[in-house]
Amino acid sequence: MAMPEWLRSRRGKNAEARDAALWSKCPGCGEVLYRRDLAANQFVCTKCGHHFRMGAHDRINMLIDGDFHEIGAEVQPGDPLGWADKKTYAVKLAGDREKSGLSEGVVCGLGAMDGFEIALGVMDFHFRGGTMGTVVGERITMLLEEARKRKLPCIIFTASGGARMEEGMFALMQMAKTTAAVTRFMDEGNLFVTVLTDPTTGGVSASFAFESDVIIAEPKAMIGFAGRRVIEQTIRQKLPDQFQTAEFLLEKGHIDMVVNRHDLKAALVRLLQYAAGKVVAS
Amino acid sequence: MNLIVEREKGLLELERRIADLRTANVSQPVDMSAEIAALQAKYEELQREIFGSLTPWQKVHMARHPNRPTALDYISQLDRFDELHGDRMFRDDPAIVGGFALLRGRPVMVVGEQRGRDTKENIKRNFGMVTPEGYRKVQRLARTASRLGLPIVTLVDTKGADPGISSEEHAQSEAIAKCLVEFSEARTPIVAAIVGEGGSGGALALAIADHVIMLEHSVYSVASPDAAAAILWSDATKAEEAAARLKLTAADLQQFGIIDEIVPEPLGGAHREPALVVGKVLGSVSLALQRLSEMPVEALREARYQKYRRIGAWQKERPEPIGSTR
Ligand SMILES: [Zn+2]
Repeated sequence: MAMPEWLRSRRGKNAEARDAALWSKCPGCGEVLYRRDLAANQFVCTKCGHHFRMGAHDRINMLIDGDFHEIGAEVQPGDPLGWADKKTYAVKLAGDREKSGLSEGVVCGLGAMDGFEIALGVMDFHFRGGTMGTVVGERITMLLEEARKRKLPCIIFTASGGARMEEGMFALMQMAKTTAAVTRFMDEGNLFVTVLTDPTTGGVSASFAFESDVIIAEPKAMIGFAGRRVIEQTIRQKLPDQFQTAEFLLEKGHIDMVVNRHDLKAALVRLLQYAAGKVVAS
Repeated sequence: MNLIVEREKGLLELERRIADLRTANVSQPVDMSAEIAALQAKYEELQREIFGSLTPWQKVHMARHPNRPTALDYISQLDRFDELHGDRMFRDDPAIVGGFALLRGRPVMVVGEQRGRDTKENIKRNFGMVTPEGYRKVQRLARTASRLGLPIVTLVDTKGADPGISSEEHAQSEAIAKCLVEFSEARTPIVAAIVGEGGSGGALALAIADHVIMLEHSVYSVASPDAAAAILWSDATKAEEAAARLKLTAADLQQFGIIDEIVPEPLGGAHREPALVVGKVLGSVSLALQRLSEMPVEALREARYQKYRRIGAWQKERPEPIGSTR
């Protein structure tokens, strides 16, 4: 798979070297897979089909043809509470920047997908567990505002442990901010699609993730409001394995479809065609 | 165990002794005014010592005090209340109380999170933890209010949304998310009062408003301190530390621009003079509604959008902390 120049520059040499050298053990079947083979298969286990968590840039590369014009990259985290526990918030952020190669938990921008101009936001669990603080909320809001201005469909991939504790109420308020932006965007007849990936919980699931026209989930993704541990502690019993999986949510009527990663782009393009009124019977 | 209830015990004992002496003083020939005055002075000193400055964790306990006025204590002081029930789909959630009401002569839609005062009522009200059915009741009441142009008044008091199996099966996330949508879109003024504890998305679901009021010792946080400690350090017993770090007091949040007004409480907390506090909160709500009702609907909605659009703490490029943008 050829890597476009924008992606090469953003991922950096380290990430490439890491992928080449490393192997990953599949949580689904225990098979040991070379990172490089895994990347070539869209981070889906070649043996059992387990969907690994994906980096934001890899995801964008999988979907976008050609250039991706990032929105909100200049928005960087502050430290409104002056947070420090075992580490300061600034040190935690610096560690995650190093580890993930990202400046925050979401990458947003404009690009083309099979000929359709779209606004795309992709959250990344590798940065603070995909938690939503001000920057995530701000970038998502900027994306929706830009999409509204340009009348583009918007697709957001979620992956989040919920609201970011270290930003306190500023984090919670991002639910209000993003919702207001979603509402305005959708009011004007634009298509909004969310793709819930593993995991999508808390402040993200209880805001823009579940406010879209069409909700897609990746196989076996864990999706819910409360975390599994919290529920188990509350009810004092073990939950069944299937609880809060994408398949469970499909059965309960919470989401529209569960789509394998290899079929995801095609599924999204079909939705874009309906919204554009450009379905040509073949 | 509630920390405030524990600390109050000595005070309540003193109160009883003073009352006894006063009764005795009337019926007996010996003048005990001096003793009464001395005890009264001691009482006031102790009261200042205990309540003069509360730590964030003590405020959490104040917000959870079993005698603190709950949503129904406010609703019962409205001129009129016609309760509406149910989500029209599955169930009526007793943790949400709502309906048409008259506030100082003004027709409004009031919606509150209701916890119980004792074990029996708490079981009925699920400790004020709202289920998806409750949030769907909130949505339908908000929609009706928006259509009729009736102002919405919310009373927030919850540790958080219900985290049970059935709540997940009934799409708790979706229920909260759609509350946020309804309040964002509502074509009518909204005033929210955080009267007890405001915990996480379960509180925010009723708290997107044009004017947000908080009682002096109420708390409002991204997650309840207990939950935050579990999330951050996998240790719920560190809730006191979490309470201190989360900046969840009314004073903090007003400084951040996240709430708009603080209603002071009497020394010792709202439950010492409930009628006074309820009256003050309803007075503040009424004043805010009067101001907001004069705004054209579109201007009101634009102001609401911009209010939440601004909240955040970020900076351009440079990774040093700068604090709030407001
Ligand atoms: Zn596998």
